Amino acid sequence: MPAKPNPRVGLFVTCLVDAIRPGIGFAAIQLLEEAGCRVEVPQGQTCCGQPALNSGDDEDTARLARQTIAAFEDCDYVVLPSGSCAGTMVHAYPDLLARDPKWAARAAAFAAKTHEITSFLVDVMDYRPRGRRLDATATYHDSCAGLRELNIAAQPRALLSHVEGLEMRGLEGNDVCCGFGGTFCVKYSTISNAIVTEKAEAIERTGADLLLAGDLGCLMNMAGKLHRRGARTRCFHTIEVLAGRADGPAIGEEG
Amino acid sequence: MSAAAQPGFKARAAAELSNAALKVAIERTTGNAERKRAAAVAAFPEFDAARERGRAIKDHVIAHLDHYLEMFERNATAAGAKVHWASDDAEARAIVTRICLDADARLVTRAKSMLGEEIGLPHALADAGIERVETDLAEHIIQLAGERPSHIVWPAMHRTREQVADLFKAGHHPPPAADDPGTMVQSARRELRAKFLGADVGISGANFLVADTGATCTVTNEGNAELTTTPPRIHIVTAGIEKIVPSTAHAFALLRLLVRSATGGELTQYTTFHCGPKRPGDADGPEEMHIVLVDNGRTRMLGDEFREMLRCIRCGACMNHCVVYRQIGGHAYGGTYPGPMGAVLTPVLDGLAASRDLPHACTMNGRCAEVCPVGIPIPTLLRGRRWISRLPLAGGWTAYRDLPRPAGRTFMEQYRANQAAKGARR
Repeated sequence: MPAKPNPRVGLFVTCLVDAIRPGIGFAAIQLLEEAGCRVEVPQGQTCCGQPALNSGDDEDTARLARQTIAAFEDCDYVVLPSGSCAGTMVHAYPDLLARDPKWAARAAAFAAKTHEITSFLVDVMDYRPRGRRLDATATYHDSCAGLRELNIAAQPRALLSHVEGLEMRGLEGNDVCCGFGGTFCVKYSTISNAIVTEKAEAIERTGADLLLAGDLGCLMNMAGKLHRRGARTRCFHTIEVLAGRADGPAIGEEG
Repeated sequence: MSAAAQPGFKARAAAELSNAALKVAIERTTGNAERKRAAAVAAFPEFDAARERGRAIKDHVIAHLDHYLEMFERNATAAGAKVHWASDDAEARAIVTRICLDADARLVTRAKSMLGEEIGLPHALADAGIERVETDLAEHIIQLAGERPSHIVWPAMHRTREQVADLFKAGHHPPPAADDPGTMVQSARRELRAKFLGADVGISGANFLVADTGATCTVTNEGNAELTTTPPRIHIVTAGIEKIVPSTAHAFALLRLLVRSATGGELTQYTTFHCGPKRPGDADGPEEMHIVLVDNGRTRMLGDEFREMLRCIRCGACMNHCVVYRQIGGHAYGGTYPGPMGAVLTPVLDGLAASRDLPHACTMNGRCAEVCPVGIPIPTLLRGRRWISRLPLAGGWTAYRDLPRPAGRTFMEQYRANQAAKGARR
């Protein structure tokens, strides 16, 4: 999938990154520019619609889908720092709009140009970070939607292998859900707590300094649990490390 | 019991979460199943092709269900079996009970069948005053415990070995001499042997109904289905209508997927095709064979968005790989079928009112669909049963974990400020 030279990339920031951790958005812009992209942040973007989709509200999801598709129509690519929002756009948008004659083709074209950021950097831009150094040990959790809906597994690891000084450690149950599940974690909080407790135990057993993942929802869930348990593990989005932005406060730490 | 009289899903789940022995039991069984399945799939490079073929077989049969069911009825009847049709669970119970009563049956042996559980057969037989003996080892355990299955392949998986030893000590006469697995199995064999030989009726389910031969197929690893269906005078099969396959070759194509997905084996220890009752010259076999084909909501699923669920071959892989099931076990789900597949089926069988939580009690992680041997998109089907409800409060979050604080101004605010500054510099 060779890219055009200097493609025009629209960054979809995602609700959580916008509100909770803007640094991930700036890390995305930095990496995309390093990879040779012209980055824009279309101002018509809001939410990808995943919360509505997972509440069985197809109508509102379709409304948000049309809005998002229109906002990014001029971009060569749409790139997101989240596998689950990207999965919603790549799979749910074309499904929901398949029977809408005005939108079916636009949704399919939109899905075809939409990528989660680590897979975009590796698979489309053939980018690898250079001159990045972080003397630390880290472990990586495969967030479910990115892994199963978009096959994101090798790309973040390939990128991280270019960060000098960073030692990656395997995580037992790396492909098992952390128990976040959007509203699941508050609706069924006791079950979610049991799941994330096991995840935190597995993370702590690695002895790694850092926990990395590609979805802020999962990261907030795991970071919140690790913090409550008094664990010393610090949590970052993968691209914060790749962009050399893991020198500030980790997720949940005071700024 | 009405749904209102029972504790709700959340209360049941909370009770199970505090049961430490349950956690040990679940991890032993599902952890083992997960590892063995992974090894079996890795050793079977054509697994994806086989899965695609399995899905195609099921979809074809579902699209032509009437055709194959009529073919099955013709061929089973020609082989000497009597075919009965039950539109719902009550009708199915009545048919089976009537056959038993007409035969003056006092003792009935039963080989494990989730369909039998679905139609409430154990209770129906008890109500009719007929002694029922479960012959599958795990069903034997839960019969001693007075429980329902907690898993569709390992009904007693919620019980630890140590708990089973206690049940056998209290329930076997004489009790087993020791509580190592070998001695306990010998004790169960001794306990069941006289029942196998003394039963008037043997009831089994069917893993497949073979349309072009009229045979029913059962698979077990203990041989108890053969001992249930061969010595008694009457063999009754209860099966859901979606169990139909066009031919024996199709049954084997699905069996390759079923066994690997369920236990990680290549084939079950016992795979038996039952084609009609004893024929002249046969050394053994039942004098009568009855096949009760049960709809119980299945034709309704044909016409709705849950049609793909009719592909299910009941392997249990979805529950073995489900983070929720592995925390709370099967009983918390409250229906006959637990775990992800149960969360789809229970609203069909028991109504939405009794199962409101089930479609929501899922993290949508997609692992169930990933391991499903017939490609059922379970998360998508569950999403279809969700509906907008009051957004939950964040108390559920902060009770158990800290809430990472926002870093300050939003990305959009900062980005716009940066862009404005750049514009001013130009």
